[in-house]
Amino acid sequence: MLQQLACQIMSGLLQILSPDGRTVNGTQPQVSTVIRRYEAMIESRLYDRKASALQRQGRLATYASYAGQEACQIGAVAPLSRRDWLVASYRDAAAMRFFGYPWKNLLLTRIGDERGGCPPEGVNALPPSITVGGHMIHAVGIAWAEILQGGDAVALTMFGDGATSEGDFHEAMNFAGVYRTPTIFFCQNNGWAISMPRSRQTASPTIAQKAEAYGFGGVMVDGNDVLAVEAAVSEAVGRARSGQGPTLIEAITYRMNAHTTTDDPRRYRDNQEVEEWQKRDPLERVRLWLVDQGAWDEARQAEAERKATERIEAAVQEAEAIPPFTATEIFDAMYATPTGALLDQRRRAQVERP
Amino acid sequence: MTEVNLAQAINSALDRALEDPRVVLLGEDIGQTGGVFRVTDGLMEKYGAERVIDTPVAESGIVGAAFGMAIAGLLPIVEMQFMGFSYPAYDQIISHVARIRHRSRHRFTAPMVIRIPYGAGIGASEHHSESTEAIYAHIPGLKVVVCSTPDNAYGLLSAALEDPDPVIFLEPIRLYRAARGALPEDGDPTPIGSARLERKGSDLSLISYGAMMRETTAAADRLEAEGVSVEVIDLQSLVPIDADCLVASARKTGRVVVIHEAPSTGGFGGEVAARIQEQALFYLRAPVLRVTGWDVVVPLRQAEHHYLPSVERILSAAYTVLED
Repeated sequence: MLQQLACQIMSGLLQILSPDGRTVNGTQPQVSTVIRRYEAMIESRLYDRKASALQRQGRLATYASYAGQEACQIGAVAPLSRRDWLVASYRDAAAMRFFGYPWKNLLLTRIGDERGGCPPEGVNALPPSITVGGHMIHAVGIAWAEILQGGDAVALTMFGDGATSEGDFHEAMNFAGVYRTPTIFFCQNNGWAISMPRSRQTASPTIAQKAEAYGFGGVMVDGNDVLAVEAAVSEAVGRARSGQGPTLIEAITYRMNAHTTTDDPRRYRDNQEVEEWQKRDPLERVRLWLVDQGAWDEARQAEAERKATERIEAAVQEAEAIPPFTATEIFDAMYATPTGALLDQRRRAQVERP
Repeated sequence: MTEVNLAQAINSALDRALEDPRVVLLGEDIGQTGGVFRVTDGLMEKYGAERVIDTPVAESGIVGAAFGMAIAGLLPIVEMQFMGFSYPAYDQIISHVARIRHRSRHRFTAPMVIRIPYGAGIGASEHHSESTEAIYAHIPGLKVVVCSTPDNAYGLLSAALEDPDPVIFLEPIRLYRAARGALPEDGDPTPIGSARLERKGSDLSLISYGAMMRETTAAADRLEAEGVSVEVIDLQSLVPIDADCLVASARKTGRVVVIHEAPSTGGFGGEVAARIQEQALFYLRAPVLRVTGWDVVVPLRQAEHHYLPSVERILSAAYTVLED
């Protein structure tokens, strides 16, 4: 199976499920697994809508929508084990949630509360990176430490096409290649880096091919096909775990909404492009396939949406119930033990009103 | 009592540190050649290339990878080859290393030591003589220490390794061979956040750190020969600063000169002067003066002596405050 997949990956864009909900190349996915992935994608999309709505109501600060990228988000994380690491960025809330990072924490990062950056013990996911590209090398260091400590965990880092223009991308890929670290570089090529199209980020025909220059493999996958993404990442994880080093995966997808709630995409892209991508919706093809298998209907859809909404609403309530930091609490996590200067400033912060 | 130089003292501290299996060293040319200043000499042979790691030439990558290693439970000691080469890593240091504890509310931490050779005076090429410690001291979440003797180099490095937070460890290039002395007898760490009273005095306080301790103590010797009782303080730790020590000295002598080779504007001397006026203004008998490098790019070899504060410039400032 893996061998067969590898051939498909190498021959071009890997796809298992076409936009009209048919499997290609005779693959027969397991229905129960597909249902779990689909339910996670439903919840992801509902969270994205909810977060966008909360932002418009002034209840969240800036929010970065991942709508359209749910297959990437769920498929990239599905093959990871609890002991593995996820080093993701600001547009990866659904991936982080699927890895175990609670919605409550993800909401807090957007409400504007550092406690969002503190996931429960046992969830090996760093808080989302906000600067572009600086986090990829962290997944190299973490994976490298795994080798040195005799473990077999892997680290997966998620980033966009824009991040591949950063010098940090080069350094991370280079270190991973030289030391053959068990790192999976998962690039969501969503076509746009804020207002700049992918064609203006690099003259390279593909991002995947850049891996070759670093001495390891790069593959392209249909990023709106959750099964294809999962298959590609599974294979990369298997290679990393067995000492065969890193892999770069370029998932071709599309950012359906604005970069964040602060920009207007009509200023830089044609709506026709958006409409074209709507036809390749990552949720719809899974639904069509499941319906075709007799495993899904409107009632199950409604039930899945209801359950997801309940979980999201509960998370919103939990997150919003947390009182903001007091003037003194902002001092509490600079060092293990506060310095004299901080103690002095914390005292002053109590008495000197802003 | 064996006498060693500053570089050998740091080498000894690293050697002892590597007995802890969590410790890894990363840097450019630190393994096979033992570092451009030979500070890591012999360590790769002793501990292996997996733990004393010759890295690609990529400062940001080195610090970023070390950050990941620290997150995953190792204790990395990074060498930046020269301070002027540390700037590509500044983003990793400021955006990730310094703030992960805060942005994760203690859930993730990155204890690590970033060793940076700094300073002018050896006639090196351009970018090899920087003294920009203030840009590190300015960043919340970092600790910044500067050694000046084999004793405090060994002691501060040991303390930095025990510290649960990231520490910038500055090494004065021109003292690597020039500063000689014994290692701490008991091998005890030098507490981070405490200044060293190099000598006690009652008429004047000279406050400095790192490479400029040499000129500062030479100036103090001259003044003492002229009958002035001089107190000399080696800050050792810029962050956290030992404010109590500075303030006590200023209150006692009422006359203070701060000396560093970094440029004046925005330099750490301003912080020292501010601390003193905040807590000792009415004990002062003269303004706090700064003797620093000029606000120019560090000149190349032929003119760097015009830049570095000299014993004479320190004496001149001392006479000025003593007159008031």
